[in-house]
Amino acid sequence: MATVTYDSASRIYPGTEKPAVNELKLDIGDGELLVLVGPSGSGKSTALRMLAGLEFVDKGSILIDDRDVTLTPPQDRDIAMVFQNYALYPNMTVAGNMGFALKQQGVSKEERAKRVMEAAKILDLEEYLDRKPKNLSGGQRQRVAMGRAIVRSPQVFLMDEPLSNLDAKLRVSTRTQLVDLQARLGVTTVYVTHDQVEAMTMGHRVAVLDHGVLQQVDTPRRLYSAPANLFVAGFIGSPAMNLIEADRSGDELHFGSSVVALPADVQADLKASSATRFVIGIRPEHLSNAGGGLNSNVTVVEELGSDAFVHATIQHGGGDVTIVVRIDGETTVSRGDNMPISIDGPVHIFEADSGKRLGTPPE
Amino acid sequence: MASSTTGPVVGENKVSGFIFGVIAWIVGLMFFFPIFWLVLNSFKTEEAANGDPVLFFTPTLEQYREVTASSTGLLSFGEAFFNSAWVVVVSTIIVMVLAIPAAYSLAIRPVEKWRDVLFFFISTKFLPIAAAILPLWILARDLGLLNTRLVLIILYTALNLPLAVWMLRSFFAEVPRELIEASQMDGASLMSQIRSVILPIVSPGIAATALLSFIFAWNEFFLAVQLNPVDGSTVPIWVTTAVTTRGLFLAKLSAASTLATLPVVLAGWAAQKRMIRGLALGAIK
Ligand SMILES: Nc1ncnc2c1ncn2[C@@H]1O[C@H](COP(=O)(O)OP(=O)(O)O)[C@@H](O)[C@H]1O
Ligand SMILES: [Mg+2]
Repeated sequence: MATVTYDSASRIYPGTEKPAVNELKLDIGDGELLVLVGPSGSGKSTALRMLAGLEFVDKGSILIDDRDVTLTPPQDRDIAMVFQNYALYPNMTVAGNMGFALKQQGVSKEERAKRVMEAAKILDLEEYLDRKPKNLSGGQRQRVAMGRAIVRSPQVFLMDEPLSNLDAKLRVSTRTQLVDLQARLGVTTVYVTHDQVEAMTMGHRVAVLDHGVLQQVDTPRRLYSAPANLFVAGFIGSPAMNLIEADRSGDELHFGSSVVALPADVQADLKASSATRFVIGIRPEHLSNAGGGLNSNVTVVEELGSDAFVHATIQHGGGDVTIVVRIDGETTVSRGDNMPISIDGPVHIFEADSGKRLGTPPE
Repeated sequence: MASSTTGPVVGENKVSGFIFGVIAWIVGLMFFFPIFWLVLNSFKTEEAANGDPVLFFTPTLEQYREVTASSTGLLSFGEAFFNSAWVVVVSTIIVMVLAIPAAYSLAIRPVEKWRDVLFFFISTKFLPIAAAILPLWILARDLGLLNTRLVLIILYTALNLPLAVWMLRSFFAEVPRELIEASQMDGASLMSQIRSVILPIVSPGIAATALLSFIFAWNEFFLAVQLNPVDGSTVPIWVTTAVTTRGLFLAKLSAASTLATLPVVLAGWAAQKRMIRGLALGAIK
């Protein structure tokens, strides 16, 4: 059980100028499952490896339970890690792999066997204990890698895209098992993924990284409903938020032919802003086809049963823009239809160049 | 390993596979035939060996008896064999003891300018040994090392070390980085990482390297004849001195050569078992 703190921690790889992780400030609570998410190359693995002790921290520090571990070697951090390719020891059996860390701690053979067996029961690996990793399926290997981590009961679990080598179906079921296991064991966990769906479904809180910079750390719900900037708005959510560029006309923004109604705080920020180009962000479910002032031309309909996502073009800013609208599954719309739409829910406004959000995010 | 035998069963592939198979067998037999003939000859009488080639004959151990029988004043088989074994085993052990840590540090924790270091190692092999023999001889004489086993141990170690470091470095470089990191996370000390994780994976490479070092040293003739032609002489020298070239000698020479080859074959067989076992682990793809 432990808390983890990144205190303005940076990593600058030798021979590069831009930090791979730039002054990361992050507090992770005891027993929390924090997900680090971001596009490939955003510094997720680097951040994780800094906590593991596998990567040097060039600036700032890292604390576990208020103990500064910035210069502590990985062996002495009491952290277990699950690697993307599992990194199982090929010369050892499943039991040998799982018991390796205990052996290093000098745990007796009987005790080791007992604890390996316990972990194997949890992970359904009892019948494979004598096999070598190369004789296991991908899913079994993944479980062995998990087993190797949980046998130790470490202070912190680290997982770097542990599900990315599994097929889609197994990935989803393993995801649920992992969340359940983490909750049962209550071990502070940092989980890295590039998949925002995985992040949203698993994380107690999610930290979004881009170009080594922390964009926002929040609960999945707030990340969705109150993205702190344009990057988070575009990254979180599937299908993605509609992001429509608009030039200001005085202190107003137009969506198609209509003026976007803005809350007072956004209005105030817009007045104060010196930017000329903005981005209007509207989630698909916050556009309605229940009649309205905007004409749209339907191009693609994605039926999901309970509802449908309609891709349509609208006239906006002197050209065609494609938007996605979520509609009720009962309504029938088809390609070429004319669908009148209107805004029916919160609108997020960002400065186009800085990506800054206008207005205080809703609670 | 299973991938080499079966491909997609398409007519054309089958045919070309068959042709390649035949070519491989022919080339293999071409390499093997002289050795086969050598061994065959060693069991013949001198008359049979020097007469018309025949495949069927009454085998005799006469030649083996003759070449291993010690005659006074000449290097005996037992002596030569012992000297060779001593020089080769000791030098190979030293080579491995030095090369393994060097390869580890070059591959897994590369020092700055490790490429230059590696190049330096191999550059010591640029000089033809014939060009170095005079200074080597003078040095050995001044140090009182002429005609000792020690001088051969030193030189064989020096000769094989660069190659061993090169070979081992590439084997160590194949160890997946994550495995070492995983063992660090598991709390393994440096010694434990090396013993439990790295060595089992590179052991086929170690076996191959040790075998090569063994073979080079076992077969080395030039330095042995220049620096140590008397006491402590090795098997290659015995082969040339044990067989008198007066009269018929082909069968005797075959017997001596077969005896000289045997330890290399045994070492190869032992190393191969180790190598295959390591490859079967599947860590090195
Ligand atoms: N060993 C390294 N040396 C130099 N640059 C690196 C190294 N490892 C990663 N990087 C760079 O650091 C950035 C972050 O990488 P990484 O943390 O692996 O990203 P992610 O895991 O989010 O995909 C990338 O731009 C990558 O190219
Ligand atoms: Mg990564």
